[in-house]
Amino acid sequence: MSAPLTDIQPILDRYPNASRDALIPLLQDVQEVQGFISKETVVSIGKHLNLPASKIYGVATFYNQFRFQPLGRYHVQICRGTACHVKGSATIFETLKRELGIEAGETARDGQFSLEVVACLGACGLAPLICVNGKFHGNVTGDSVRKILRAYRKEAKKEATNE
Amino acid sequence: MINIEVNNRQVQAKENEMLLVTLRREGIHVPTMCHLEDLSPSGACRLCVVEVAGHPNLVPSCSFPVYPDMKVQTHSPRALKARKTIIELLLSNHPDDCLYCERNNTCQLRLMAEEMGVRARRFRGEKNNFHKDISSPSIVRDPAKCVLCGKCVRICEEVQAVAAIDFTGRGSQAQVGPAFNEGLNVSSCVNCGQCIRVCPTGALVEHSHLAEVEMALNDPEMIVVAQHAPAISVTLAELFGDKPGRDVNGALVTLLRKLGFDRVFDTSFSADLTIMEEGSELVHRIKNGGVLPMMTTCSPGWIKYVEQTFPDLLPNLSTCRSPQQMLGALIKSFYAEREGIDPSKIYSVSIMPCTAKKFEAERPEFSRDGLADVDAVLTTRELAQLARRRGLNLADMEPEVADNPLGSRSTAGKLFGGSGGVMEAALRSAFFLLTGRNLDELKVQAVRGLDGVKEATIDIDGLMVNVAVVSGLENARVLLEEVRAGRKDLHFIEVMTCPGGCINGGGQPIETDIEAVKARMKLLYQIDRDESVRLSHENKAVQQVYQEFLGEPLSELSHKLLHTHYDPREVLK
Repeated sequence: MSAPLTDIQPILDRYPNASRDALIPLLQDVQEVQGFISKETVVSIGKHLNLPASKIYGVATFYNQFRFQPLGRYHVQICRGTACHVKGSATIFETLKRELGIEAGETARDGQFSLEVVACLGACGLAPLICVNGKFHGNVTGDSVRKILRAYRKEAKKEATNE
Repeated sequence: MINIEVNNRQVQAKENEMLLVTLRREGIHVPTMCHLEDLSPSGACRLCVVEVAGHPNLVPSCSFPVYPDMKVQTHSPRALKARKTIIELLLSNHPDDCLYCERNNTCQLRLMAEEMGVRARRFRGEKNNFHKDISSPSIVRDPAKCVLCGKCVRICEEVQAVAAIDFTGRGSQAQVGPAFNEGLNVSSCVNCGQCIRVCPTGALVEHSHLAEVEMALNDPEMIVVAQHAPAISVTLAELFGDKPGRDVNGALVTLLRKLGFDRVFDTSFSADLTIMEEGSELVHRIKNGGVLPMMTTCSPGWIKYVEQTFPDLLPNLSTCRSPQQMLGALIKSFYAEREGIDPSKIYSVSIMPCTAKKFEAERPEFSRDGLADVDAVLTTRELAQLARRRGLNLADMEPEVADNPLGSRSTAGKLFGGSGGVMEAALRSAFFLLTGRNLDELKVQAVRGLDGVKEATIDIDGLMVNVAVVSGLENARVLLEEVRAGRKDLHFIEVMTCPGGCINGGGQPIETDIEAVKARMKLLYQIDRDESVRLSHENKAVQQVYQEFLGEPLSELSHKLLHTHYDPREVLK
């Protein structure tokens, strides 16, 4: 799980003599490469931009898009857009949190699942909708969500024994 | 100057100043919870809203510049209603545990709810489930009580250049805390407690040592010893209802004895001792080409700041311990030996205007054989609380004299309580050490006063000694950047973490205003003017301790007990 993080120096080098207005693009670039924002990252960005860690963390936590834990093997996105909401995504969200034992933005301890809330996945015809590692699962119910998660858990176990 | 109209009255205002500044000058009361004088306005709390003719919405007076002929109503029904609603909204998710809150009597939120006449709970919001942070030896942070005014964030960043905390999260999940919601203990927090002083609620309070001190006071086996810092006697009366500006040195000694302390010593004594050691060290460094400029080490917040932010300048720090730690070490060595007391039976309490002293007392380097040199640190506020608990009023105390020899001081040691005091005391004694004579004029005006940055040149028989005095870590940061960049002219730098020095420390009365700080400083200068022993090296008690015990300044024993060294420190910053 704890794969060594990629060096972010090349990313920092893309922003020479940068100041605080480069913070958000920098965070986005780093997250793109590393999948999340680590403590080490915050410290090195802070040194590069001459900003305190608290400030960077404050900005990063203001936006939903930044995460502070690595993605799980299966990254579950739940749509909380208008159409999905009307079709009952609030309950689906609760089911997911309970089943996975994590809050939005977190990754389960075993590293298998992570959960993210998104505003719209652009497939309102399938509402309510979740997306796992890019694969859409439409018209979900509490039961079907549990089934979907079970299938992924099984898949993970199988891969683990094969390794 | 321009003319504006406030509440149907003509008022003069300075061009471009914020409306709130004008209102305050005119004595018109507009409440605010987020305003800090001299810092950038934030407009966070909106309590200062007023009505301005021609503006459809209420405007926040703290961040609204005046313009000619504007017409302002500060207490219109609409403004009052808005203010009351703001308080009601702030209360909607407040824990409502006022009865159990340390700030019960000093909480601005509570006082404003009373002022606005909030008599019913109009909004019932969801309470948050933030955790209390008790990781720091100095400061307890309870985000559930926070009203997000942001004063702590601004003072930490703009005045102290530390920025250990900031707003994190958003909406109902917004709170103030260190990066990654870590404990303050691993953050860059220097424990100065300026955040506590400006916090309107109980979200930031000191880590109390009252329970431990009560235990010790009730233990018949223990000899409980108190030392009090120079700033305490010029402040304490304010917490007993007096106006700022009364020194209570003798009454303080009596109060401490009545509370059950077996011995009462004065940290100003060890301030004199610090001068002997630090003055000798400075002279040694100047004569032998040591690392210059030398920097003072009395202020523990500042020391941590250098350790974590300017580790390359650690060799510039004097090796002297702070007066608190010097006295702590002497009490459990020299004094214990002299009185035939087992050091493990001594419980050493210091009364400090400071929260960082709690952190300092817990530093591992300041203990010997498993015994801490200082066992507990009470702030000025905690001492007043202890006295109230026993029903003791300062005004009833007949002044008494402190115990000897660790309770006698010169006025030079007393000056340590304010910015520039260490410098002035050190210059007086350094002059003597180098020339064998005393300065003709002991008062060093250039290093006095509340300015954040003071510089001076002192002529010591042809040797021009250049000194700088800064208080507030942002001022220190600017100076250190200069030194780092190669500034070479300075010999000696005094730094105090809190603006104005210990008299404005993080352990001092809540919401201390600038007038109070001025009054405390004036008292220190008065004491120095009126008393006869004004030189650390003429303090008989200091001479006695050298004679009986330490030998001479910078002796081997001095090095063991009164000096230390500091290492770079890794923090999340």
